[in-house]
Amino acid sequence: MSDRTRVLVTGLGATTPVGGDVASTWDALLAARSGVRRLPYDWADGLPVQIGAPVAVEPLEVLDRVEARTLDRAQQLALVAAREAWRDAGCGEASVEPERLAVVVATGIGGVLTLLDQYDVLRERGARRVSPHTVPMLMPNGPAATVGLELTARAGVHAPVSACASGAEAIALALDLLRAGRADVVVAGGTEAAIHPLPIAGFAAMRALSTRDGDPQEASRPYDKGRDGFVLGEGAAVVVLETEEHARARGARVYAELAGAGMSADAYHVAAPEPTGAGAARALSLAMRDAGLAPTDVAHVNAHATSTPLGDVAEASALRKALGDAVDRVCVTATKSCTGHLLGAAGALEAVVTVLSLHNRQVPATRNLDDPDDEVALDVVRMSPRPLPPGAAALSNSFGFGGHNVTLAFREFA
Amino acid sequence: MSQQEILAELAQIVNEIAGVPAADVTPEKTFLDDLDVDSLSMVEIATAAEDKFGIRIPDDDLKDLKTVGDAVAYIEKAGVSV
Repeated sequence: MSDRTRVLVTGLGATTPVGGDVASTWDALLAARSGVRRLPYDWADGLPVQIGAPVAVEPLEVLDRVEARTLDRAQQLALVAAREAWRDAGCGEASVEPERLAVVVATGIGGVLTLLDQYDVLRERGARRVSPHTVPMLMPNGPAATVGLELTARAGVHAPVSACASGAEAIALALDLLRAGRADVVVAGGTEAAIHPLPIAGFAAMRALSTRDGDPQEASRPYDKGRDGFVLGEGAAVVVLETEEHARARGARVYAELAGAGMSADAYHVAAPEPTGAGAARALSLAMRDAGLAPTDVAHVNAHATSTPLGDVAEASALRKALGDAVDRVCVTATKSCTGHLLGAAGALEAVVTVLSLHNRQVPATRNLDDPDDEVALDVVRMSPRPLPPGAAALSNSFGFGGHNVTLAFREFA
Repeated sequence: MSQQEILAELAQIVNEIAGVPAADVTPEKTFLDDLDVDSLSMVEIATAAEDKFGIRIPDDDLKDLKTVGDAVAYIEKAGVSV
């Protein structure tokens, strides 16, 4: 354990439904502000669900017009977040060798807006009018490629796909790359831009989305008795990870240690969570073992908790299974109550939030938890942020359709 | 339409698609090396030119259009009716 490469988080970037960068996103979460709203698009009329959580800052307000026009929205968001993370890490001045720099940027769905828009072009105007940029814009490795080109990453560019676990899986794979010595620095994260009638209709057909009437900001309510599904969000989050040796050599500022990761698969049902949470519990246990953490070492969990009736309870069971009675001393939060569900970016965003919770020793509260579900026996942070002790360790869960379970383990770095 | 007018319209298309300042789009410039227009953007420019000038540029002809001047001459010859 002690001779193994330690991996540190040295840069953060995000563009989310509650903020155009990390600082504004964090401020919004501390204030438990919601990014959910009625969708301001004509096409939303007539859909079974007309709310969502679009990004707070349009990528075209930040990116150059010509640069953006050959990028799918998921690529644009990834580029915005990656640039912020790279600047934040202070990696700008050729301090990283391209051959030792890798990128792992995931998406759950890929360039679905491009795919569907160009299908409209094909049907309305014919094959010759389909954009020559269609394929590089719709491919699910497109965002990773965009970030790799931007940063001149030559150690490898990867894009794991595991639905709503994708962003966390990207960070878990980045950890493996660094431990295996295949890179010194990895820029890792997730992106998603799928607010379009077809994905909304598809998720709504699964009865996965909230159809709650009234204030859209009250629709995402993890662990609350009144929860009835998730709210579709969009955005991107990226972390800069590097080996301790590399970070020390360049005098990098360190947010936290990425101490371990655990991954498992349910092999139970393509979309429904395994009701006892056994698969998720295995990911949790593996992450703790990988990080050298006992359950009593864990102070905080940023839950996957999407606000679905079944999923939130299954995760609560998994936490008790993996942590035992120690779970009673763990404070849990569900930041999707504010951000909505960013699908393939969710795990990356929640990794950023978990890192900031350790770094700032403060856990954002779960919004809309007015009437806690009796089946959820967890200490969920409500009303106002909760302080964390110095030197704490925290876990972040992400689960995806397909039965994917990923847990990341972070620790304050001293 | 005069060569000057074709050049002006083409320069606007190149600016819109590739971000090159219209004033830099001059006859002697090559698309690839001088204006940094990659092959995908070149296809877009050709498609936009087809719409703008009411012509058709087959792929076999497109690959011979190396410079802005080549394109202007081609469009003129293709019989601009606009």
